[in-house]
Amino acid sequence: MHFEYTVIEGDFVNAGSASSSVKKTLKQLNVSPAIVKRVVVALYEAEVNAIAHAYGGVVTADIESNQITMRVIDKGPGIPDIEWAMQEGNSTARPEVRDMGFGAGMGLPNIKKNVDQLNVQSTVGVGTTVEMIVNLC
Amino acid sequence: MTFYHALQVDENRCMGCSHCMTSCPTEAIRVRNGKAVIDEAKCIDCGNCFKACSFRAIYIKQDDFESIFGFKCRVALLPSVFLGQFPQDITVSRIYNILKELGFTHIFETDAATSIFTMAKNAYIAAHPDIKPLISSFCPAVVRLIQVRFPGLVENIMPIKAPIDIMAIYARRQLKKQMSLDDDEIGIFYITPCAAKIAAVKNPVGEDKSNVDGVINMDSLYNRVYKKIKEQGKNYQEIKLPIPQLSSDGVLTSLTNGERRLSNVPHSLSIDEIQNVTEFLEKVENDEIEDIDFLELRACDQSCPGGILTCDNRFLICERMFARARKVAERERNGIQTKELQVAEDADYLLSHSSVSEVKPRSMMSLDNDISKAMEKMNLMREIHKKLPQIDCGVCGAPTCEALAADVACGKASLKNCIFIQRNLATKGEINREEILKIMEEIWGKDIMEYLK
Repeated sequence: MHFEYTVIEGDFVNAGSASSSVKKTLKQLNVSPAIVKRVVVALYEAEVNAIAHAYGGVVTADIESNQITMRVIDKGPGIPDIEWAMQEGNSTARPEVRDMGFGAGMGLPNIKKNVDQLNVQSTVGVGTTVEMIVNLC
Repeated sequence: MTFYHALQVDENRCMGCSHCMTSCPTEAIRVRNGKAVIDEAKCIDCGNCFKACSFRAIYIKQDDFESIFGFKCRVALLPSVFLGQFPQDITVSRIYNILKELGFTHIFETDAATSIFTMAKNAYIAAHPDIKPLISSFCPAVVRLIQVRFPGLVENIMPIKAPIDIMAIYARRQLKKQMSLDDDEIGIFYITPCAAKIAAVKNPVGEDKSNVDGVINMDSLYNRVYKKIKEQGKNYQEIKLPIPQLSSDGVLTSLTNGERRLSNVPHSLSIDEIQNVTEFLEKVENDEIEDIDFLELRACDQSCPGGILTCDNRFLICERMFARARKVAERERNGIQTKELQVAEDADYLLSHSSVSEVKPRSMMSLDNDISKAMEKMNLMREIHKKLPQIDCGVCGAPTCEALAADVACGKASLKNCIFIQRNLATKGEINREEILKIMEEIWGKDIMEYLK
């Protein structure tokens, strides 16, 4: 089952719409609340990342009976050093983004905590794809 | 698993107008054969349907008033919102006297348990710094809303007895002590402002059996009391009863902000009205809410004064309750009344009996218990949903196009229930007039369709 959502740069107001929709679907599929929570937390975080750091992008979610694969594909500056970005507290967020309460450098580490597999591919100047897989049972 | 419901449809009154269907926050209502049908598994007894009904076809089951006389000792467990129904020139002791004339032997105000309830909550908050936000267990409709729609948040609900249960335990213990009575000689009757409290008594969450023996609807007791007031007329001579006065905090508990003002955490919110509560819980569930320690959530606008069984305008009720609290607060300031708890002598016992076992999810959003079957149904539902007009007209007997799609996918309705689909099929000659009439009759009943023939 394939779902697709658009993320617009700087649109913090609508951050969370993709994760809300995925959440509703998972509830209808009788996925356990604890797993739904992990999916939602990770996807919300990734959504906000794309809104804050990139120039928008696309969120896709593919649900199979045993797992959900989510991809947040952005056109953006890219992450020069993924390993550095994976560490808590490291962030390249602009000051105005930090002023809104985002950009504490917890994004990727928090995603990692909540998913079973995390793959980050990034090319500087082109964009980043964050792939997150969560086992559903 | 069956769930008790206080809200019922009176088929003789129901016109199948569908107003209740569109007002239900859990989409628990459908129209079939011209009558509203409530899905018991999804209903949370919030009372929105009751408010939406112009035909008074939604009614609330209650215990027969005469059943109080099955007990030697007859306790009225009175929420402070009941006293807020009456104009201020009708005194508390006058109402107490009338309740005794009506047959109650003892009166306990539920909100006197506020102090214990607050202590238990504050202790729980202190012991669980890792769970944020913690949600009050005060409103039973909210507890049920979370079980049904937000199963991931059940662990945020504090497993603590609501004041009504704490007070019922206290009343029973006191009476047994004072009058050396057996358990079955004491009947405790709660005077309820809403349907959810009835469900909470008949079908408690996290407990096997409620401490309350019966429930009497506030509106029916109000009528009995008001009749007495009218009979007494203007010549009524006040007989002062020595009333154990409720603290000012107690008077205010059931109002919006009543719990929050007593919480000892830096960041808390109080939210009333079920749509507002739902909107906020969506955010909590998405983990979008940070740094809120405690949530006081109430299903009704203005909290308990907005309950469906109250008898006056909710804003007037609030103001009367504030007026009573101001009076009590002045007595407290002047030392005429202590702010100390009325239930102080039993505080330790009540505190140690204030918890309930964990609240379990009652997830009713799922299409099937088996995930692969649910996936099949979900695929089907998405296919069906695409074909529907997305205008949520409700003519199919379901509240939204999405709800119809889910019903069809689960085999509970036909796609042909949609009038747009019917039109489409008719233009292609794939459905005839008789078939359409039959479908519409099955939804809206024979009577309403009669004139079309």
